[in-house]
Amino acid sequence: MKLDPRVPAGPLAEKWDRCKMEMKLVNPANKRKYHVIVVGTGLAGGACAASLAELGYQVSTFCYQDSPRRAHSIEAQGGINAAKNYRNDGDSVERLFLDTIKGGDYRARESNVYRLAQNSVNIIDQCVAQGVPFAREYGGQLDNRSFGGAQVSRTFYCRGQTGQQLLLGAYSSLNRQIEQGNVKSHPRHEMMDLVVVDGKAKGIIVRDSVTGQIERHSADAVVLASGGYGTVYFLSTNAMGCNVSATFRAYKRGALFANPCYTQIHPTCIPVNGDYQSKLTLMSESLRNDGRIWVPQKPGDNRPPASIPESERDYYLERKYPSYGNLAPRDISSRAAKEACDQGKGVGQTGRGVYLDFADAIGRLGQRTIAERYGNLFDMYAHITGENPYQSPMRIYPAVHYVMGGLWVDYRLMSNIPGLFVLGEANFSDHGANRLGASALMQGLADGYFTAPYTITDYLAGVKPGSSDVKATEFAQAESDVSQRLKKLQDVKGKHSSQAFHRELGKLVWEYCGMARTKEGLTKALGLIPELRERFWKEVSVPGSGAGMNQGLENAARVADFLEFAEVMCTDAITREESCGAHFREEYQTEEGEAQRNDAEYSFVSAWEYAGEGKAPIWNKEPLNPEFVKPSVRSYK
Amino acid sequence: MKLHLKIWRQKGPTDQGQFENHTIDGIIPDMSFLEMMDVLNVKLASEGKQTIAFDHDCREGICGSCSMMINGRAHGPTRGTTCQTYMRNFRDGQTIVIEPWRAMAFPVMCDLVVDRSSFDRIQQAGGYVSVNVGGAPDGNSIPVSKVNADLAMDAAQCIGCGACVAACKNASAMLFVAAKVGHLGLLPQGEAEARDRVKKMVSRMDAEGFGNCTNHYECEAVCPKEISADFISKMNRDYLGATVFPKPM
Repeated sequence: MKLDPRVPAGPLAEKWDRCKMEMKLVNPANKRKYHVIVVGTGLAGGACAASLAELGYQVSTFCYQDSPRRAHSIEAQGGINAAKNYRNDGDSVERLFLDTIKGGDYRARESNVYRLAQNSVNIIDQCVAQGVPFAREYGGQLDNRSFGGAQVSRTFYCRGQTGQQLLLGAYSSLNRQIEQGNVKSHPRHEMMDLVVVDGKAKGIIVRDSVTGQIERHSADAVVLASGGYGTVYFLSTNAMGCNVSATFRAYKRGALFANPCYTQIHPTCIPVNGDYQSKLTLMSESLRNDGRIWVPQKPGDNRPPASIPESERDYYLERKYPSYGNLAPRDISSRAAKEACDQGKGVGQTGRGVYLDFADAIGRLGQRTIAERYGNLFDMYAHITGENPYQSPMRIYPAVHYVMGGLWVDYRLMSNIPGLFVLGEANFSDHGANRLGASALMQGLADGYFTAPYTITDYLAGVKPGSSDVKATEFAQAESDVSQRLKKLQDVKGKHSSQAFHRELGKLVWEYCGMARTKEGLTKALGLIPELRERFWKEVSVPGSGAGMNQGLENAARVADFLEFAEVMCTDAITREESCGAHFREEYQTEEGEAQRNDAEYSFVSAWEYAGEGKAPIWNKEPLNPEFVKPSVRSYK
Repeated sequence: MKLHLKIWRQKGPTDQGQFENHTIDGIIPDMSFLEMMDVLNVKLASEGKQTIAFDHDCREGICGSCSMMINGRAHGPTRGTTCQTYMRNFRDGQTIVIEPWRAMAFPVMCDLVVDRSSFDRIQQAGGYVSVNVGGAPDGNSIPVSKVNADLAMDAAQCIGCGACVAACKNASAMLFVAAKVGHLGLLPQGEAEARDRVKKMVSRMDAEGFGNCTNHYECEAVCPKEISADFISKMNRDYLGATVFPKPM
């Protein structure tokens, strides 16, 4: 398939303005005739739905949670980047662009990233106007903190709950539109399939999780803002309900899945404690502003941290990356932690952990200041582990956190299926092979508030409103596919819960497609996943009926999709024969153990196309052709 | 640990519902309460029995989904959400009674799941600043004193879980509504609509069937985000001002 990213011509700084001028508009009186479906109500979906409704379109939102306010964006802790340069420390749109391109290991589309940096500035203004209570200084001005992969302070924050506050801002705008009758909200509705009519996205099939009813919804355009697929690993920092189903169903209807192997492992999470665990908890990257990461120099040194003298500690990030130190990017910090633990220097009962120590900062700034900056994170740590991080260092270890991969979109955030727009973590567009901290919130809101409203308008201007009808055969077909799939799950009547299979799949992909990957391991995984899937379809137990609430059925349907998707992810990982960003292939590393890119052969986006049941997906490539930044060895030393 | 669980089961909104007894073994003190529930559900599924429905998502105390009445206390024995309640706070051999939130405005939908959409509707009545995307001035052009920004943030932390309602003998939503009114009312951006907002939100709250506040502060005692009942006093003041003096003086 020929992929056209529709990047406007001209200098980088003028592309978005040019694009906005080239795009068509819809007359205000005609806007209300158009209906747009938005799946997911996190930062991207919530912001997009509210903005479209403000413009005058009729919008329907769908989310699996019981309220739009509970989308997974709410969990983001540390902050949101914006090139405001309020610190006078040399920040600019160009610098944010360069940091993000370099952070993504030169595997992102330059034009998208530049637009992101441009829009970042407006996001803060919009959120402040909504009443988002950002941290302030005594003079009443907005405060900033630093994040990984940057040498300027450009991160705005609301204590350790920035995602929550930004989401509540978008939710409040959404509420205003719901009250005015411009948005119809459908909570507790899960998207089960995409409906494509004459090659265009025209609607979705959903399951009402209260009644169990399968419903058809038609629209002039469909927006997927359904988040990432990190829970394919079972254990992750994602919410339990996060899933790949919406995007994977779109993939099965023809949308391309781009770079699924780019999965971010976050360096600072509370380590895994036991087999029963269902969830890993992130300790915000912002903690690395004041915390110092170290392990004992001697392998197997199990003295308590306080009795290990300064001279016998290895502050490995400060040692290896002196110019960025503890604020080295996530992929690099995660691998460094793994390496230390592989050498036997890991701490804690399992030996898979490193210290994040605040003793210096508490000595310098006092406990009160530290509590003010990170109080809720320290409380959370104490709650979970039963240890007091003000007195002894935290123990942390990398965990799956975010996915850079997602559905392929062009510059206008439209997938290869016309009328299907994909925003936020659900698309692949802005972070290349590794995302920098505080950039996901930025992307979600930039897509939702400032990009999609323009590009969707342009698309709608070329479509006759109301032409989609739920009585069309495509809707009937999709609905019957969904019903049959759910019935098939219930008819297995095996002996094991879907969660048991999910755990097993998670272990498998973590082992072979996690922080370090090899051809050998991935080959093995590609053999084991179909076996596990086969067992699932023979042995899964989904009790209860399809009518009414059945959380077991919801989960089983998601796990069934993960079991197929995992294969696409591993296929992507095995075919990308280089290391870049979060995708670390052990065969391709420098002598110092850093990721070794292969720009000559792999400077492209892999976009996978569904080829039919039991067939290997088709490999499409979008060349990246970096025009403005010359890829170089990514050094944080 | 071995535990005896007495859990509320209810097939649907119109079903009468009843308690069901389960005994489970092998619970580890470091497990969270919801992980204990997972163990039970995995066991039920393997026996071909319908699993117990309960709301949960983030499992780190921020999404506000989880909502269990544990031994008569909203979110259980420790301050925090159900998902951040750990089994180390229970005794081996203990009987634990698990119920959904009980309030007229939160009808039970299935087992431990209740319908909290009334909270959404209260927010829709006026819990926002009426600003469209596009015309916002520079973020630093509206200075906000640190004291007010911090106080607004204290209120804005509300996760909308509904524990305040569940704990209140009147099933009052005053703490929830006061948190939102307080958050926006303390900021200059929210001031223009402050008088209207408090009236609209309070009137929607009443219409949804929540009870009134009789100052027992049970809400404050169970709030996982430790939102202060002082915000209720502030809201009462705002409400009085807005109704007695409908026009600003």
